[in-house]
Amino acid sequence: MTGDASSRPSWWRRVAIYLYQRPNLSLVLLLALPLLWLAVFYLGALVSLLIQSFFKLDGFTGRIVRQFGLETYQQLFTAANMDVVYRTVIMAAVVSVACAVLAFPLAYFMARYASYRVRGILYLAVLIPLWSSYLVRVYTWKIILAQEGIITWFFNVLGLKPVLDALLAIPLIGGSSLSFSFIGMFLVFVYIWLPYMVLPINAALERVPKSLIEASSDLGGRPNYTFWRVILPLTVPGIIAGSIFTFSLTLGDYIIPSVIGNSSFFIGRAVFAQQGTAGNIPLAAAFTVVPMVIMGVYLVVAKRLGAFDAL
Amino acid sequence: MAAHSGRSIAVKMTDVCRHFGDVKAVDHLDLEIYDGEFFSLLGPSGSGKTTCLRLIAGFEHATSGSIELHGVEMVKWAPRRIGFVTVGQRLVSVPPYERDVNTVFQDYALFPHMSVGDNVAYGLMIQKVPKAERQRRVSEVLDLVRLPGYESRKPAQLSGGQRQRVALARALVNRPRVLLLDEPLGALDLKLRQQMQIELKAIQQQVGITFVFVTHDQEEALTMSDRLAVFNRGRIEQIGVPAEIYERPTTGFVAGFVGTTNLISGALAQRINGSDQAVSIRPEKIHMVALDAAVEPGWKAVMGSVRDVIYLGMHTRYLVELEGGGDLTVVQQNLETSSIDVHASRGNRVKLTWDTTSIRVLQGQTV
Repeated sequence: MTGDASSRPSWWRRVAIYLYQRPNLSLVLLLALPLLWLAVFYLGALVSLLIQSFFKLDGFTGRIVRQFGLETYQQLFTAANMDVVYRTVIMAAVVSVACAVLAFPLAYFMARYASYRVRGILYLAVLIPLWSSYLVRVYTWKIILAQEGIITWFFNVLGLKPVLDALLAIPLIGGSSLSFSFIGMFLVFVYIWLPYMVLPINAALERVPKSLIEASSDLGGRPNYTFWRVILPLTVPGIIAGSIFTFSLTLGDYIIPSVIGNSSFFIGRAVFAQQGTAGNIPLAAAFTVVPMVIMGVYLVVAKRLGAFDAL
Repeated sequence: MAAHSGRSIAVKMTDVCRHFGDVKAVDHLDLEIYDGEFFSLLGPSGSGKTTCLRLIAGFEHATSGSIELHGVEMVKWAPRRIGFVTVGQRLVSVPPYERDVNTVFQDYALFPHMSVGDNVAYGLMIQKVPKAERQRRVSEVLDLVRLPGYESRKPAQLSGGQRQRVALARALVNRPRVLLLDEPLGALDLKLRQQMQIELKAIQQQVGITFVFVTHDQEEALTMSDRLAVFNRGRIEQIGVPAEIYERPTTGFVAGFVGTTNLISGALAQRINGSDQAVSIRPEKIHMVALDAAVEPGWKAVMGSVRDVIYLGMHTRYLVELEGGGDLTVVQQNLETSSIDVHASRGNRVKLTWDTTSIRVLQGQTV
């Protein structure tokens, strides 16, 4: 007890005692703001989106008919629109796998071998790109990948021009230059989303106790065996977490497909075009439901396969 | 030691150093552990005992010296090469997975994503033991550690003591020639710990494997070991059987760390032993007798007064201030006395006597 013993406790202390004795009220006060935010801006927006996707656009008047129906989904499942979905999903999957393959060794080095100092530098190196404008980085890549860009120049210097030409001559993923091809788009996606894969894998690896690796080695496990039986299974939740980022970010992105590549539609661009240019908000909403369903299925499958057992 | 001549040596460390920069975790260590013995590495934290164990397991690499397991050298010189050019030599160790030793880790290190059965079968899987035999051996060893039928449980579902047994089973199932235990009982409560001490000792006698046991608990080391080594600052102070370590400590550190003792030096040592060389006498070797009691031949007597009394149930510890300076701690069993009696003895004038042969002359530094 401090202060004058004869005076009543200050109102601030009385409030503190009052709250201390009512843990439920404290919890409500703690969570009120974030819950309100979640309910209104996340769930509210999501429900509104879902409802919109069941409305339809009257093709004649250009007005939205506020009646529940599946016409918009019929429209979504036409061949042209499904092409957009497939293209996006395949790109998202390939980007996620590439990010995981690139991120794992880096994250492993950071978690197991790097000194305190080197680890700090690597964290910075991973995070610094996130500090600069996303748009600037995408346009920078357009220049890097262009016909006159540094990559083409580099291939020329090394005398590997035929290799680049052969790469660009591959149907579907090739193009007139890297910046106008799916290969280029893939490279930019991987570049942009890589940090979102490195950090969760690194966090998962740091949670694997060193003694487990020693125990495996002690029981006769060579490093290769230890990796597949101990390290990887315990890191899978981190890889899944990272792939949720890379997968869903690729599914929803519309800037990279607009700037890089051969201007074919991806889900993000389709949403943008439907709701902005065409004014077809129901179809835009239906397109947005696709990534949500895919992510939901992905998580259920991952859980069934036991990816989260080690959590 | 004569008693061990003819027994084969399981672990032999010769002049082994393990330095981390300026820190000498293990410093010029010599150690021989015989086949089939229960050997403890005892010392305070940071004394190098765990590093010593990890050197035997292969998790740490010696800076210099030689480590032999059953006569096979684990530390070898290899040429240091840059490209194809040899520029010198470096010490390399045989990796842990090539050594016929298994470890029970301090934190148990059970694989959280595997069942108890898969954890225990891990080493057998690597050795490609056929499934039927694997299952039989896993269930046998789980019987041995008194966890029958626990194969399908997950480590997270087990108590600390049960995890400890699984860790033991996982190591034992491989039938290693040497089992290394890194403070395996450290996380258990006192009762469970005493029970596990008895069980561990029984299992060791049953399987006949060499146990190398790291502990900071001197009582544990004394009760369980055939022999033990007392570690201090990266070096071994003394190696011997428990009674030898307790009764005949050669250094002040050993006398003070293993049990409690009166460490006496300077003027008091001169008065008691006739030389100013530091000596040790255990509190229970000093008898507190009536002032007029006769002193037996070969015994020494001094007078003092009781300054402090600590009642410990089974026995009482007295701090006695000697006439002429200095004090001694004396322990007496409470055979007929009660706590009221012993507390009443505070301030009493008493006579202390002891057999002069129970005085130990010490070398080296004290605690």
